[in-house]
Amino acid sequence: MSRVISYVKDSIHLLKEKEYQQFGMKMKRLLIGMKFTDGLLYHILVYALLFALGYIYLYPMLYMVTGSFMTMEDIIDVAVKWIPSTLNFENYRIVIEEINYFDALLDAIYLAGVPAISATVSSALIGYGFARFDFPFKKILFVLMIMTFIVPPQITMLPMFRMYSQYDLLGSIKAFLYPAILGQGLNGAIFILIFYQFFRMIPKSLIESAELDGATPLKIFTKIIVPLAVPSIIIVFLFSFVWYYNETYLSGLYLRGSSLLTLPLRVEQYITNFTSIYPEGSRARELMQAVKLAGNVLTLLPLLVLYFFTQRYFVESIDKTGITGE
Amino acid sequence: MKKVKDFLKKASDLFDKVKYKLSHNVVFRSDFEYWTFFNVLKIRVTNKRRQAVIGVSFIFIWIVGYLIFALYPMMYSLYLSFFKVRLAGADIVMSGVGIDNYKAAFLYDPYFVEILIEYVVEMILNVPITIVFALIIAMLINQDIKGKGAWRTVFFLPVIITTGPVIQELMVQGATTLPSIQEYEVIDIVLDNLNSALANPIQALFDTILLVLWFTGIQILIFLAGLQKIDREIYEASMIDGAGPWESFWKITLPSIMPLVSVVIIYTVVSMSVFGLNEVIIYIRNVMLGESTVGTLTTGYGYSAALAWIYFIVMVLLILLFVGAVNIKRRSRR
Repeated sequence: MSRVISYVKDSIHLLKEKEYQQFGMKMKRLLIGMKFTDGLLYHILVYALLFALGYIYLYPMLYMVTGSFMTMEDIIDVAVKWIPSTLNFENYRIVIEEINYFDALLDAIYLAGVPAISATVSSALIGYGFARFDFPFKKILFVLMIMTFIVPPQITMLPMFRMYSQYDLLGSIKAFLYPAILGQGLNGAIFILIFYQFFRMIPKSLIESAELDGATPLKIFTKIIVPLAVPSIIIVFLFSFVWYYNETYLSGLYLRGSSLLTLPLRVEQYITNFTSIYPEGSRARELMQAVKLAGNVLTLLPLLVLYFFTQRYFVESIDKTGITGE
Repeated sequence: MKKVKDFLKKASDLFDKVKYKLSHNVVFRSDFEYWTFFNVLKIRVTNKRRQAVIGVSFIFIWIVGYLIFALYPMMYSLYLSFFKVRLAGADIVMSGVGIDNYKAAFLYDPYFVEILIEYVVEMILNVPITIVFALIIAMLINQDIKGKGAWRTVFFLPVIITTGPVIQELMVQGATTLPSIQEYEVIDIVLDNLNSALANPIQALFDTILLVLWFTGIQILIFLAGLQKIDREIYEASMIDGAGPWESFWKITLPSIMPLVSVVIIYTVVSMSVFGLNEVIIYIRNVMLGESTVGTLTTGYGYSAALAWIYFIVMVLLILLFVGAVNIKRRSRR
């Protein structure tokens, strides 16, 4: 009898051990997976990192948006940190009225759009020239082209400033338009490089067969190259537009005191004017914080809208256009 | 519609006529075999020469632009940096001072050397961090994660929002430092036990970590493009041979995107250096506009040109340093 009992006990023990082992295996499979990258632990790690980094990236945005809705009481009240007690659009109303927002926005789009279009066209032409044809000193010219990206604007700024004032280009869009047409716009070298990379990927046989059919170089460019390059053209235009729109350093210099201003500059100007009226530490200054934030939101809003509609170009086209410069 | 067609036809006829006149006149004549200048100088048309002419005409606008908007201003500012320049009404009065401007920048200027050193230290800390974070984020969003599009949207936001005044505003208001980081006293304890020369940059790093991360937009794009070009089969093959994720990162991913690191370094250094809120840049502009004065010896255009050139040279040295460091590592690994 006792033998039977001990046998049963043993078998139960064995069974348990086996089950336990199986359970352990399962847990291990669940947590670590077959190759670690498909396990639960790994996924938790990835999402934790994503959320942490995402929080860091979104934090200023959240800060800006929530802050812009706050009333004076909310700013002073220590208890209100994130969520404003009431949804008030007062700050936005002030900014929109004071800087004449919609006119200013049109100005800003004009100031960014026209140079961006010219820069796109010119850098496409130049990039094609570099990618397709061989000519003497090509390597040297190419290196010089890349070098223009590294030279800080501080070096060229002051002679350019003098040149512009001599030819009366200050305070008008021409100060940005002429360099853009000649392929020397804001970050022009990057755009030329993007087109260069892209055009080099186009098979030569395509162009040669068009040549055999009697197409001139210009015709090949407009009828074959440009339609193929649409993703690159979009991405270059978008980047150029965003960079021109955000530019404050050079435009602060060239457009100083004129009526044509970029949106960030206009908001800044309004705020400095406003703050200089009121003494330090006064209530109005406190309110100014929220107004500033509202101004910033309004400055970024057009770009955010543009970004949400075109973000797939930002994300996907970059793979196709070879921005990587290998 | 018909009118438009007619107009286009007329225009193209005119264009052809102009083209014909341009290539068949006394000064220049082109036919199948020769280009003739002034009926005297004959050049045989080879395929190579034709290609060269077409190529140069494509980049002609760039050459003109380079001469006007890059080479001339560079040379002019180099020239100015050896002079003391004063504005007298519309004219400028220049008097040669040799290398005094450069000397003054290092010897007499109370701020410049200090902010230049600060800039160098900041770059040495920030550039590697930017690159590492860009790589981490690129690798994270290159995986099969849920809501890929949404994550990408979030991480490319910096591409859009790197405007000077907005970031400056956020900096002033303290939105670029994470409050939760400061609340941990661990950092304070670490800082207290360090030499102040080492502690200050680290403190500054934590204060500007957000700002640094916000410079990663384009870098993420570049790394992501590089990561997507790596063949998935290589990973599968290495897995069958028993390599874990750790090994495959060091042996496959990193070597494959190493060539891109140099590109990213150059981009990061340049974009951080020309960023409108950089102390050195602000100082140079103030000197140029006469808003800050350095003694009586040198101010204005000439001096600020000298400062800009010193800054440029430091920047190039930094780029060389980083790119060199990366490439030495690569060579020793082989």
